[in-house]
Parts: sequence; C-alpha cells; structure tokens
Amino acid sequence: MTTSHRSSFVVTTAMFVAAVYFLLPVVWLAISATKSASDLSTTFGLWFSGNHLGQNLHDTVTFGDGLYLRWLANSALYSIVGAAAATLLSAMAGYALAKFTFRGRSLTFSAILAGVLVPPTALAVPLFLMLADAGMTNTVWSVLLPSMISPFGVYLARVYAAASVPDELLEAGRIDGAGDVRMFYTVSLRLMAPALVTIFLFQFVAIWNNFLLPLVMLTSDRLYPVTLGLYTLNTQITRDPDLKAVVVTGSLLSIIPLILAFLALQRFWRTGLAAGAVKD
Amino acid sequence: MVVTASQTAAGAPARPRVARRRRANGSGRAAWLLLAPFLVGFAVFYVGPVVVAVVKSFTTVTRTSTYGRPVEVFAGLGNYTAALGDAGFVGSVGRVLLFGVIQIPIMLGLALVLALALDSAVVRLRRFFRLAFFLPYAVPGVIAAVMWGFFYAPNLSPVNQLLDPLGIHPDLLSGNVILYSIANIVTWTFTGYNMLILYSSLQAIPPQLYEAARLDGASGWVIAWRIKVPVIAPSLVLTGVFSIIGTFQLFTEPQVMAGVSSAVSSSYTPSMAAYAQISAQNHGLGAAMSVLVTLLIAVLSWLFFRITRARAAL
Repeated sequence: MTTSHRSSFVVTTAMFVAAVYFLLPVVWLAISATKSASDLSTTFGLWFSGNHLGQNLHDTVTFGDGLYLRWLANSALYSIVGAAAATLLSAMAGYALAKFTFRGRSLTFSAILAGVLVPPTALAVPLFLMLADAGMTNTVWSVLLPSMISPFGVYLARVYAAASVPDELLEAGRIDGAGDVRMFYTVSLRLMAPALVTIFLFQFVAIWNNFLLPLVMLTSDRLYPVTLGLYTLNTQITRDPDLKAVVVTGSLLSIIPLILAFLALQRFWRTGLAAGAVKD
Repeated sequence: MVVTASQTAAGAPARPRVARRRRANGSGRAAWLLLAPFLVGFAVFYVGPVVVAVVKSFTTVTRTSTYGRPVEVFAGLGNYTAALGDAGFVGSVGRVLLFGVIQIPIMLGLALVLALALDSAVVRLRRFFRLAFFLPYAVPGVIAAVMWGFFYAPNLSPVNQLLDPLGIHPDLLSGNVILYSIANIVTWTFTGYNMLILYSSLQAIPPQLYEAARLDGASGWVIAWRIKVPVIAPSLVLTGVFSIIGTFQLFTEPQVMAGVSSAVSSSYTPSMAAYAQISAQNHGLGAAMSVLVTLLIAVLSWLFFRITRARAAL
C-alpha cells in the first residue's frame, strides 16, 4: 500500500463511521416500524422481530378515524400552497430589487435582510396575540398566511434574478413597448424558473418542519400538521403505550415524502446552499 | 440606436428626455408594484409582531377588583425587571450559552472536517456520503427529537440493550446528561446542512490557488489547513452566526424532550420560558422575554462578526 492509498483508506473508513451516525436513527425507525408495540421494548432495536408493518400501517392510517391522514393532508396543504405563494412573492420582490433602480431600494433590501435575522420564535408568540385580536387564530389562515412570507426567499431571488435575466433583454423589451410588469410574467419569470424551484424547495421544507407556529396558533387537532400531531401523540405515550407503534410508523411515513423530494431535486438544493454560502 | 438626419433637427433633443423620464418613472412604479404584495405581508407578519412584542412588553394586565374587568395598563420596565429577576429565565439563558459553547464548535468542526474530506481527492463514494450526511436535514425537528427520544429511552434504546449485559445502565434522559442528549439531536440534524454550505464554498475555490503549493510538494493536509480553510473563512463565520441564532431559539427539541424527561422544565430554554408565560396568559412578561432574547441574539451575532473579522484582518 502506498501512502496515498493508505490515507484514502483511512479517510474513507472515517467517512463510513460518520455515515453510520447520520443514517442509524433512520434505520432504527424503519426497523421499528415493522415491530409490534410490545416487541419494540423487548427485542433488540437494530434488528427485525416478526413483521407487523402491515398492522402498524393499518393502525396509523385508521388512527382517530383517519386523523393521521388528515394531518398529512394538512401538512401538504400548508407546505405546497404556502411555498408556492412564497416563491411567487419572493420572485417578484427579488426581481424588483435586482433589476430596477428606484429611490428606497437599498433601504428596502436592508429591512428585508434584517428580517432574515429575526428569530421565528420571537415572532410566533406576538403574532398569536395579533391574530387573536383579529379572531383569526385556530384557522388554516393563521398558519398559511405567515408561511407565505420568506425574506430569505427574496434574498435568493435577488441573487438569481441578477444572474439569470440579462439587462439587454429588458432594454429590448422596453424599446418594443412591453410593460415592465408584463415582461416580468412573460420573460423574466421563465428565465428564473430553475432558481424558483430552489426557493420553493427550501420554503416547502421550512413549512413542513415548522412546529412552533402551529403549536401556538392551533387548538383544534383537525387542523394540525403532521409534526404537531405526532408531538401530541408522543406526549400521550406514557399513558397509552400502544400508541408507540403509531408514533414510530407515523414518523417514518411523514419523512418519506421529504426524503424523496430531496433525492429527486438534488441539483436545486445544492445551488440554493451555494448561494447561501456566498452571502457576505 | 441609429439616429437619422431628419430626427436630429427638431425631434432629437426632446425625445431622449421624454424617454428617460418615462423609463425612470415606469421603473419605479413597476418596482413598487412587484414589491407590494411581499412588503404588505412583511409588514403584517414580521414588522407587526416586532412592534406588538415591544408594546406588550411595557404593559401589564390589572383588575380593578377581584372580579373586575381586566385592563391593560402601562407597566414601564416592570416586565423587564421581572424577567431578569426570574431565576428560571436567567437560568435558561445560561443553559443555552453553555449549550452553544459546547455544541457549535463540535458541529462546525465536524462539518468542516467532512467538507474537507469530501473535497479532497482521496474519498470514494462521494455522492453517497454527501447524501447520507445531508439526509437528517430532511427530517423535521419534531420527528428527529421523537426518534432520538426513543433511542435514549432506557427500555427502548439499542445502546442500553448492548450495554446491559456489561452491567452499564446509562440514562441519557437524566438531569446531568439531557443537555448533551439534546445537543446530539441538534448536531445530528444540522451538521450535514452546514457541511454542504462549506463544501459549496470549497468547490468554488479556483484550483490554481493551491496548484502551486501542490507542485512545491505540500501535502493534502497542509493545503487544506493553510489554503482552503482561510479562503472559506467567510462561510465559516456565516454558519457560526446562523448557529448562534439557532441555539438561542432552541425550542422544538427540548419541548419534545420535556414530554419524555422530567429533567426538562417548562422554562428550559429562553424560547420555552417565553412560550410558557404566554400560555399562562402573562403576555407582557412573555413579550419582554422574547424582546430580551432577540436583543441578546443581535448583540452576540454582532460581537461574533466583529471578533472574527478582526482576527481575519490580522
């Protein structure tokens, strides 16, 4: 073995150890989803014992008359509609900031960037007090509307618009008499399309993973997203140990859509992170 | 643009001016039209809550008599002195400080080492590793905490099952250990995310930058530490600031752990303390706590920027 071969072997082995750390809990979850609630605590966690996957799936899907499925559907609604709206609003704002010169531009952009740094936990609670005054808490809107605003999305859209929409094209359009807003919808939006997928993906994940906002806003379990639903079930486990199998199987089911989305859209989140990396 | 002879005489002086004015106005109006929907939402859902939090933090609710109507009155700095005198809240700030001092260097160190390894020529299966490390980011914080909670539970944990025959019975949910157990969940979730940010910056370094060093016989280690790390320092600072912000906002993981461990109190972190006050209808005090945490985050991020920038300048 030459030195370079040996160091390659050492580094690759270390990487395998790291990969085991990152994958193990998910592997444990997948194995546990095939076990009965009693086997969960009596058999070794990292190996199979009996096959209760079908039963567990059935218990999860029929839990509370389809409450679990309702949670999944809510998560999908909040994430898809919220991320789609956030992407469009971010694209419009980011494009305006990148491609137009107007008074107040840098002030507006600084204010939006400051928004990136404001902690969501500091926002959620006062937002609850505001919406409570308006009688809007415990509604779909109380989760959906705040999810549509993403300062980070505006930042990304501004970077992408500056890079992907050539000034000459806009000049030519203006000379032809096309309105600036119309040109945004017909030409620029199409040029920015790959970047918009990235913004959508990041906002989708942010909404799907959100916990505090629905926790603060929602009291009716019919409106819960899947994260909040599983959290409440988890707090009931000590009273009802049979729920363990539902929590485990439900957790596994809830991360599958996200993992698939990440695998399918690898190219897009990589560009998003690269843009985040040059943010100085 | 080609200007013809017939235009120069009368038309030319007037036209450019008209055209320029039209464009400037049109651009300004179009820009605000495009910005308007976002800005309205930003005002309502970002600026609004900040204003409400600040206003509420200076008010308190009193009743004229035991059964009287509650009235909101100006409280001066009362809520702030109450928050700073609240042992639970002050303790929670100390706790996240300790958490950050231990967890952030471990997480970012691990992220940096993994990014450098992936960027070096010696690793195989690069695509697989990149995906494996990033996978936890796709797992929601609640699910990650629920999952690790099972992993820590003495009667479920495969770790305990392996150690039991040896007579070792660690309780990863007990008072002394729970902070580190939570730190492990956060590290697990965000290392890959930070690694990809650092890896992207590493990939953006032009190879010429270290080609000369390589020809001079510098080893991969020397190139990594002497050339690559200094070049990506801005990205490291950025991940550092994001991590500080994240640490002071810590909520989901300890909130889930509170359900399975009695060692996690309802005011375990500043965010949990603020949330607990609001749940108890102490809106003014909760708002004051939120404002204090936000200010603390701003000051710490600023300090971190200042210190790292000063060191980079040396």
